[in-house]
Amino acid sequence: MILGKVVANVVATEKHPQLAGRTLLMVQPLDAGGAPKGAAILAVDAAQAGIGDRVIVVDEGGSARSVLVDEKAMTIRTVILGIVDRVDIEVRS
Amino acid sequence: MRLGRVIGRVVCSTKLACFDGLKLLLVQPLDERLREAGPAFVAWDTARAGEGDLVCVEAGKEAAQANPNGWYNPGDSAIVGIVDAVGAEGAGSQAAAGVGAST
Repeated sequence: MILGKVVANVVATEKHPQLAGRTLLMVQPLDAGGAPKGAAILAVDAAQAGIGDRVIVVDEGGSARSVLVDEKAMTIRTVILGIVDRVDIEVRS
Repeated sequence: MRLGRVIGRVVCSTKLACFDGLKLLLVQPLDERLREAGPAFVAWDTARAGEGDLVCVEAGKEAAQANPNGWYNPGDSAIVGIVDAVGAEGAGSQAAAGVGAST
């Protein structure tokens, strides 16, 4: 799982049948300190997230299908499965 | 999945049988402001995309399984949706056509 921030809504009418009815959001992956890390990705939303939310995202097909409770969604790999309230980090001196 | 824009078509007369009848397109990945983000790559199309379209591109094994010609094949990028609009924070909604179009 990765930590990320929702940065955009994505509207797509014409899509693969397995994506029909699913909300797509763009997520910028973050490092532990909250700084952007790597390229933004598209994810199917399973947590009613919105722009600005910090989220956890799974990027693996089997996990994605079990989050969506849809074993036939073979083309879906990236899913937002939670909204993060807080990240506590140990500070080492 | 990544957001991208179709910037060209790839024509191969000699290819694996599992790619027969599939359209191969060149895709430039983009960020949330529709700026280029990384090198272009080849993906096949399941969404009837064309040049200039903003698209969603799936990668890896899940892309291979979107291929209508068989359950499994060696390809690893598939266009699975055509994007109408991207609404980024502070940027309003950017319609797909014309905004950030590649030159």
